[in-house]
Amino acid sequence: MTRQMTGAKMVVQALKDQGVDTVFGYPGGAVLPIYDEIFQQNGIKHILVRHEQGAVHAAEGYARSTGKPGVCLVTSGPGATNAVTGLTDALLDSIPIVVLTGQVPTFMIGSDAFQEADTVGITRPCTKHNWLVKDTDKLSAKIHEAFHVATSGRPGPVLIDIPKDVQFASGTYTPPAKTPTGHYQPQVKGDMETITELVEAIEKAERPVFYTGGGVINSGPGASQLLRELVDATGFPITSTLMGLGAYPASGKGWLGMLGMHGLYEANLAMHGCDLMINVGARFDDRITGRIDAFSPKSRKAHIDIDPSSINKVIRVDMPIIGDVGHVLEDILKVWKARGRKVNSEGLSKWWTQIEKWKKVDCLKFKQEGPTIRPQYALSRLEELTKSHDRYICTEVGQHQMWAAQYLGFEDPNRWMTSGGLGTMGYGTPASIGVQIAHPESLVINVAGEASWLMNMQEMGTAVQYRLPVKQFILNNERLGMVRQWQELLHGERYSHSWSEALPDFVKLAEAFGAKGIYCDNPADLDDAIMEMINYDGPVIFDCVVEKHENCFPMIPSGEPHNKMLLGEASTKDAIGKSGAVLV
Amino acid sequence: MSPLHIKKGSTKHSAYNLRPTFSDHEETHTIAVLVDNEAGVLARVIGLFSGRGYNIESLTVAEVDHQGHLSRITIVTRGTPQVIEQIKAQLGRIVPVHEVHDLTVEGSSVERELALLKVAGNGDKRVEALRLADIFRAHVVDSTLESFVFQITGTPDKIDAFADLMRPLGLVEVARTGVAALSRGA
Repeated sequence: MTRQMTGAKMVVQALKDQGVDTVFGYPGGAVLPIYDEIFQQNGIKHILVRHEQGAVHAAEGYARSTGKPGVCLVTSGPGATNAVTGLTDALLDSIPIVVLTGQVPTFMIGSDAFQEADTVGITRPCTKHNWLVKDTDKLSAKIHEAFHVATSGRPGPVLIDIPKDVQFASGTYTPPAKTPTGHYQPQVKGDMETITELVEAIEKAERPVFYTGGGVINSGPGASQLLRELVDATGFPITSTLMGLGAYPASGKGWLGMLGMHGLYEANLAMHGCDLMINVGARFDDRITGRIDAFSPKSRKAHIDIDPSSINKVIRVDMPIIGDVGHVLEDILKVWKARGRKVNSEGLSKWWTQIEKWKKVDCLKFKQEGPTIRPQYALSRLEELTKSHDRYICTEVGQHQMWAAQYLGFEDPNRWMTSGGLGTMGYGTPASIGVQIAHPESLVINVAGEASWLMNMQEMGTAVQYRLPVKQFILNNERLGMVRQWQELLHGERYSHSWSEALPDFVKLAEAFGAKGIYCDNPADLDDAIMEMINYDGPVIFDCVVEKHENCFPMIPSGEPHNKMLLGEASTKDAIGKSGAVLV
Repeated sequence: MSPLHIKKGSTKHSAYNLRPTFSDHEETHTIAVLVDNEAGVLARVIGLFSGRGYNIESLTVAEVDHQGHLSRITIVTRGTPQVIEQIKAQLGRIVPVHEVHDLTVEGSSVERELALLKVAGNGDKRVEALRLADIFRAHVVDSTLESFVFQITGTPDKIDAFADLMRPLGLVEVARTGVAALSRGA
């Protein structure tokens, strides 16, 4: 079925044919024809954000919580440049996003026209791929191809730049099935020889550990299911990166907690001391590895990744397996079962005895005493009071993000939305809106710091407009907590510009937006205040005033290996050497 | 770390050697990349090199299959074996890239470059320049009473050697195409 229609109509038709139900966007001159088409239909819901960066983060939240690609529609020039941070965020965290930008008419490109920017040029390094479509006849095929590229292989953001005259002109619409998806077909099946080699290593390993990441989540719920089966059947311990939380349940018997710079003591020491490391869909990020030359010195390493460029990029591995996590785990299970489900029980039980000793250190312990709420206490109470709910958690970036990863438990994939690779302050509020749109009946909480939260607070307007009951849980320490922590440890306690002297009254701010504001600074009132937040049917800004000088521990100082972890306030002086200080 | 077991790469028919031995010694590699001839594809490749801090010693690009809209980019780059492997893997994941071939490791290959050199002078130097050009099988493609433009083809080394000889004889200007390379045999 081919049909004649305008480019603008084609955009809407192509989105419908791709199964899109929601578009996050902001109108402007160069996308008016598309907005006119959106006005005249009902199939696609358009969510009007307050800033284009918010549109992209909302689409990310939607994508991460559903597994479907998120879609944005923004105008040319400033609309496109405002989307850049969101695109880069999605690129580093491998989130499938399709961003449609308007562009000045083809005959004006290059003339420094009003609201003209070289959008494909600007976004080339921050997208997986992008296109400038100059011919209406090719528009629909490009949109279908964009969805294919965004969602296949290692997912990522793509952008299609559509000049205004292309939107007005008529052309032939091509439905998705007839669109050649081109040569871009990443390999999903892993090499059986290496998989067998890994199974042999699994059978013999005395001190194995699974190190899993966002790739498991991206591979879909089936991959998480297979991971759980493999981990539980082998009885191996498992840790995860920030991006991979929820793939294996926090209540599972193999769970060690998150690893990395602010990861758990037992997780990091297991990584350091293991003899077999099985990396499933993680990328040896520098927050994970610490000092490279001292990273897990005694282990053989397997690395399952769909992106060949991740292999040997940072850490040299012994068993590289290129493929989709779900497919590879399925094959590993098949081979391991066929060979008789063997593990080295004697070695494993010694290994677990060692791990239990590390667990006894209880690296997350804290004491709530005195009149001030400690942030760890706030999150422990939030966990206790919300864990039985159908719950989605977003975060901003900083100390609160690490505490959320440490003190909240995730039982399922797609329940945890955070900016990992790029570390984008201002991610959480719009992301929570995207999540709530996708899951209108669920409890969606954005755990925030007051500084991050202010970066995209304009999106409260969106929340109120669409009656999205998102809960903004702000741990307010009047500081850029993580910056302050680093200044304390690294820069002689000179707190250069890491506090705010003019914070808004968050309760009044909530009321100004038409939302509910809750203030709490007393540990004794905290539970009631959290319950009030949960039970309120509408958006809430929760101003939780916490201890101002709390540091986030455990911490692997920059430039140190996993076994040089700082556990608490003791001996943090001069913990980071000169060479570590240059690392971020 | 346990010693690396060097077996064949886990991906068959792949340009990437997934179990390479790494050394800190820098090597020069010639990489051929077959890409869709679409707007911006060269910018993607160059942006990859500048963005990730890789070296480009020479780069040539031209459409080689008009019907298939395919261009061939030949890049000469320098780096440690680990960097070279990364470059190939990063090139391979650019969406319009069809094939990546490391001609330096995939059997033997031929490399040629073309250069134009303008040499000005008179008297003995002019005669000497012409004599040396003959030895290098360079052709005179433009001539005035005070100057020649020589055209020379060959490996980059040969062109370097010729340019070095021309320098004291009045070399004014050089234009080089960069390397084009093909693997030998069928």
